Amino acid sequence: MSIEAHNIRKRFGLFTALDGVDLNVPAGKLVALLGPSGSGKTTLLRIIAGLEFPDPGSGRVLFHGDDVTDLPAGRRKVGFVFQHYALFRHMSVFENVAFGLRVRGRRERPSDAAISERVHRLLELVQLDGLAGRYPSQLSGGQRQRVALARALAVEPKVLLLDEPFGALDARVRKDLRRWLRRFHDEIHLTTIFVTHDQEEALEIADEVVIMNQARVEQVGTPQQVYDRPANPFVYQFLGNVNVMRAPALAGAARRPGVAAEGAEGQIYVRPHDIELTPHASGGSGAAAIVRHIHAAGPHARLIVEQVETREQVEVEISRSELAALGVRVSDLVRLRLRQAHSFEEDYAI
Amino acid sequence: MASTFEPIPARGPRADSVTRFPVMTAARSSRSILPGFGLSLGFTLAYLGLIVLVPLSAAFLKTAGMSAHDFLAAVGSSRVMAAYRLSFGASLAAASVNVVFGFLVAWVLVRYPFPGKRLVDALVDLPFALPTAVAGIALTSLYASNGWIGRWLAPLGVKVAFTWAGVFVALTFIGLPFVVRTVQPVLQELEPEIEEAAATLGASRWQAVSRILLPELAPSLLTGFALAFARALGEYGSVVFIAGNMPMKTEIVPLLIITKLEQYDYRGATAIAVVMLVSSFLLLLLINLLQKWSRRSLAI
Amino acid sequence: MAPSDLFALASAPPTVPHRRRARAVQPRATRDPAVARWLLTAIALLFLTFFLVLPLAVVFVEAFSHGIGRYLSSIAEPDALSAIRLTLLTVAIVVPANVVFGLAAAWAITKFKFAGKSLLITLIDLPFAVSPVIAGLIYVLVFGAQGWFGPWLIAHNLRVIFAVPGIVLATTFVTFPFVARELIPLMQSQGTDEEYSAVTLGASGWQTFWRVTLPNIRWGLLYGVILCNARALGEFGAVSVVSGHIRGETNTMPLHVEILYNDYNITGAFAVASLLALLALVTLGVKSVLEWRQAGSA
Repeated sequence: MSIEAHNIRKRFGLFTALDGVDLNVPAGKLVALLGPSGSGKTTLLRIIAGLEFPDPGSGRVLFHGDDVTDLPAGRRKVGFVFQHYALFRHMSVFENVAFGLRVRGRRERPSDAAISERVHRLLELVQLDGLAGRYPSQLSGGQRQRVALARALAVEPKVLLLDEPFGALDARVRKDLRRWLRRFHDEIHLTTIFVTHDQEEALEIADEVVIMNQARVEQVGTPQQVYDRPANPFVYQFLGNVNVMRAPALAGAARRPGVAAEGAEGQIYVRPHDIELTPHASGGSGAAAIVRHIHAAGPHARLIVEQVETREQVEVEISRSELAALGVRVSDLVRLRLRQAHSFEEDYAI
Repeated sequence: MASTFEPIPARGPRADSVTRFPVMTAARSSRSILPGFGLSLGFTLAYLGLIVLVPLSAAFLKTAGMSAHDFLAAVGSSRVMAAYRLSFGASLAAASVNVVFGFLVAWVLVRYPFPGKRLVDALVDLPFALPTAVAGIALTSLYASNGWIGRWLAPLGVKVAFTWAGVFVALTFIGLPFVVRTVQPVLQELEPEIEEAAATLGASRWQAVSRILLPELAPSLLTGFALAFARALGEYGSVVFIAGNMPMKTEIVPLLIITKLEQYDYRGATAIAVVMLVSSFLLLLLINLLQKWSRRSLAI
Repeated sequence: MAPSDLFALASAPPTVPHRRRARAVQPRATRDPAVARWLLTAIALLFLTFFLVLPLAVVFVEAFSHGIGRYLSSIAEPDALSAIRLTLLTVAIVVPANVVFGLAAAWAITKFKFAGKSLLITLIDLPFAVSPVIAGLIYVLVFGAQGWFGPWLIAHNLRVIFAVPGIVLATTFVTFPFVARELIPLMQSQGTDEEYSAVTLGASGWQTFWRVTLPNIRWGLLYGVILCNARALGEFGAVSVVSGHIRGETNTMPLHVEILYNDYNITGAFAVASLLALLALVTLGVKSVLEWRQAGSA
């Protein structure tokens, strides 16, 4: 089921959480709402769920083309997973998952046997079948998260909404669980929106990433689109390490002619791994720079180099074998070349 | 502590001597760089012993000197039994009413905005702060047949002052803050997300309250109930004025103890008191267990 | 709550403000319908009116029912003044004694490790579980004419029961835990780091206590003192058993209220009662200020 939100505005007192936001999620996709804290992403998710409502007269929320703006959460058929799980502490895992079925009206409520069967099937799906009798306090964080997911799925939602689903977990479990979520989504194909502030997480598992900042949507696209073609400096900087350089620095540094417009003002954005280093002695094009630091721990080597002409420091990321081939040490001279760079000024587009 | 008294296989003379004096070794082993351990603990134990433990033991020793027959005669007379029935019955009724209204007051204070809320919140502690004798004469004057409230009840044939109902009213007054003050902080700390989770799962507001909130609050409600009940059992000052104090009808246990004392029946008074003390200590134990239970089941 | 929090009485922990992000508007999903909100608030306030406001109001209305002249003369009467003096004397002995005990107990319990600590905490709370009347009774059993030390006291012409020492002892018993149980959780949460730092910087034990510990716990201590003071002022049951009700000699204010009331001097009883009620209101005021202060700084 597709989800659309049009022109959503939401203020809390003096604070504007959402300022005319539009969102369009095609059916069956896994979409990440990505942004720094305070960007409005959780509020948007809560409005889609029906836990908050847009300011009067502002926008509409449509599920599969139907207007659900005024429907309360319980009637929207959404599954919502909270950041801190919000499991019912006095209920066993089984009763937590069964809750959404047990509170139905007498006519729609499945029989006890049917409830039991569905709960066990769901627990199997989230790989927790042996733990039905446990209480939330007896589970690990990752297990609690999956119980919360099973509980949300029990009501057969048309849409799955996850608020920072991995935010409270430690790094290891987080990585395992997000891959698991991706595989899980590939199996059930439920339209899913998840909120995160972790760009790596969003880029790794989402079909589409919605980047938000200061109550607005900055860019929407596939992970590759937003990473390769960021719409503005905010997106560029939010999605990974970046060098911001003054344009004149490009003189001689660029490989492609169009990039280096001699004497042009303004700033350009270059990712550390889009910079190529060659020994200064080899001659050729590229700006001269002095190596100031080499961090060679980890899979990649990071170098801080200072351009001779502008004295700007630039971070460069190369593979360790490249570093070995280059054979440079601190204080050596090298040449910089940019494989790819961005400028966000109108007449300066690449 | 208990393990001290179990036979421990001797591993040698030193191990043996160490296990025999756990308090001393503990004090020695936790060599703290802060001074004053001996002085502060010594003073604490001496003061506790002199003010609380020695006098309390007097009650038990006094009864220990009684024969079983005398004890049962003192405790089991019909007048004493009537007082027990009244004290336990009225305390139970008052604590039950306090659970309902105490929860309601805590709910309203935590969840709903209204003008003068801070004032009301502060006023809830009035029964703690107001001397019981003052509460006693105030309630009596309100509920007497010519009082502010009594005069409206009298035409309906309802008598409160000098009846069972008067005891109940006084005990309700005295126990009110217990439930409010145990439930209020728990309600305040409750994650709003659990109610939202219930809502997204299709529960009605009433289902969310009855199936999620009330069970979450059950331990604190029970604790508040037990505290109010325990306080009501021993209450004296606020009750004696309004109760009428008729033997067999409106005579509470603490009053009966005083009556026996005034008749110089020290043994009878002490026997009745020991039964009350044992009930109170059992309640105390229950409250401790309740709090442990609530901490364990709610620990996430 | 710590196990020591049983019989939390007036010292229920000051309510902590919501630590989570404050939402300016409660989301609609968990907001009750306006009718329910209005109705429940009305019922709660009505209940509190009947059980708290009216009893408080009637004290003052009755006290002034025969004019301010009669009110003042009821208070200025010699027996009333002597009751006020005795009550103040009792408070002046009991509160400092329990403060010293509370500080010593909290220091030993929170700054050191020793076996039987939780038992000690439970024993400190014990007086809250004892009926005030029984608190009086046990002192009669120890110091009364037929008690353990009765013959010895009589032989030396000393009186405890039906005299001021008995009143002080019984009051000490019923107010015993107030200061300690306020300080123990507070000092537990503060830990020992600051004291250790002070000692390693060369401070002596007393210097550490006066300059580091005491400033850190001063508001909690004041809170405990306020509660202890209120209870000591108003104690009735325990004092009633040991006092002997001798007018002008062993009558405290609450006992004097009882005597006047039983003499059908209703206005006089309420006049003295109104003083106690006023002190109760002051107690509530100070307590609230301390709680808001703590909530604000948390």
